[in-house]
Amino acid sequence: MNAVEVKGLRKSYGGFEAVRGIDFELRTGEVFGLLGPNGAGKTTTVEILVGYRRRSGGDVRVLGADPDRAGRSWRGRIGVVPQTGELFPNLTVLEHLELFAGYYEEPRPPREVLKLVGLEEKDGAKTRTLSGGQRRRLDLGVALVGNPELLFLDEPTTGFDPSARRAAWETIRALRALGKTILLTTHYIEEAHRLADRVAVLRRGEIVAFGTPADLIAQAPETIIRYRRNGEEVVLETEEPTRALHELTGQAMRDGFDLVGLEVHRPTLEEVYLSLTEGPSA
Amino acid sequence: MRVFLHQLRAEQKLFWRSRELAFFTFLLPILFFLLLGSAYGDDEINGVSGYQYLLAGMIGYGAASTTFAGLALLLVIRRESGVLKRLRATPLPPATYIAAVLASIILIFLVEAVILLAIGRFGFDVPLADSIASLVVVLLLGAASFAALGIGLTALIKSAEGSSAVVNALYLPLSFISGAFFSEDTFPKVLQVLAAVLPLSHLIKLTRDVMVFDDAVWEHLDNVAVLAAWGALGLVFAVRGFRWEPRER
Repeated sequence: MNAVEVKGLRKSYGGFEAVRGIDFELRTGEVFGLLGPNGAGKTTTVEILVGYRRRSGGDVRVLGADPDRAGRSWRGRIGVVPQTGELFPNLTVLEHLELFAGYYEEPRPPREVLKLVGLEEKDGAKTRTLSGGQRRRLDLGVALVGNPELLFLDEPTTGFDPSARRAAWETIRALRALGKTILLTTHYIEEAHRLADRVAVLRRGEIVAFGTPADLIAQAPETIIRYRRNGEEVVLETEEPTRALHELTGQAMRDGFDLVGLEVHRPTLEEVYLSLTEGPSA
Repeated sequence: MRVFLHQLRAEQKLFWRSRELAFFTFLLPILFFLLLGSAYGDDEINGVSGYQYLLAGMIGYGAASTTFAGLALLLVIRRESGVLKRLRATPLPPATYIAAVLASIILIFLVEAVILLAIGRFGFDVPLADSIASLVVVLLLGAASFAALGIGLTALIKSAEGSSAVVNALYLPLSFISGAFFSEDTFPKVLQVLAAVLPLSHLIKLTRDVMVFDDAVWEHLDNVAVLAAWGALGLVFAVRGFRWEPRER
């Protein structure tokens, strides 16, 4: 059974359509990435799936239930790391985990959660003394203490430095190994590539690409050729690099101009992502 | 019940650790009692000792500052910082949460009232009420009405930054006009009329009647009715306007 099923989901605020009829499903045990730039509708989608917002249209099933009508025991099976929001500045890390543990029937022991999110050393520290990255780890700990089957992580690493991001990725991999189903939103393609089994790319409320990270790269053009002419950068995308390059150099020799800074390369993840999210509307 | 007690304990810890909140809402009425008492406690006001007169005012002021101002501030700050929203994603039932928050702040007010009464009794020879039951009923009615108004007020406050300004601008003049600090008999007529409409003057009068004149609470059903009506108004605002989510940014 799928952990999440979304069919024709729509959400509008006043006249603005934030989500315009999207379909996807999360298979139990997978890490699914919702990838897209700010304002693409990622957070709105997550907030509908966890029951914070009501949808304007479409059908949603999360762990078999409609989030708008699901009750206490359903909430005990999901964990949410919101994109923004604080905790209690005057409670310690361990006190937070103990407080939230008390809301669940079968919590994971708070000490164990401390270890899972790498905050053992900080157990007695008040939240207001924590760094941004440590707070984010506590956010994750608070979501994990109920021992949820399904986790929603809304931009869990935004604002992290590279080493903190790598540490967070390790934690998310460890959660996957524990058998959790995870929906992750991010605007970092590398993050989706490293963590997600499958990815949906959102753009202005619509899914513009869907598949494994490798599928996404395969959808991109074979080869990119770049050079500068008269100070202008020229970018060519081609499926036939040999012919394109032959024609280009032939023309340059004939007309007597130089291909300044000539580069021939496979598209980077970054370029794949930009072509999906910034190109002309599909 | 287990979750309620769990939350109640957490609420107590959170209140006492928040020093500003604990100082301004809990300690200030006690300090004012000592301060104003030293100024005119030994005078005679409206035929009773200044301490006796002032004690009822400070208990009323305490109710407004803990269950009204303190509760409104605490809820707005939690709402705007996203804590309330996060709690909603857990299995903690909303009704249990609200019940624990209310029980906690009312408990804090009762502790404050007991301290004020004890200072009055043992420090300044203010006799306790004849009918303790009447006094308890008055205190609980006052606490409940102001708590309902406090939750209702959160619907009108948009941001955490502005919350303490709004709350202070309401409950400090309210306490003053209602005669918490000085007898309102010397106030201009217009303030006296205003005071007669506001809930705090009725709570202070009830407390005074029960403590100083040893009346029973049912001898003053008019005051009880006004106080309860304000509580009901607060409840309407609370039920209609209470939000778990912070303002959209």
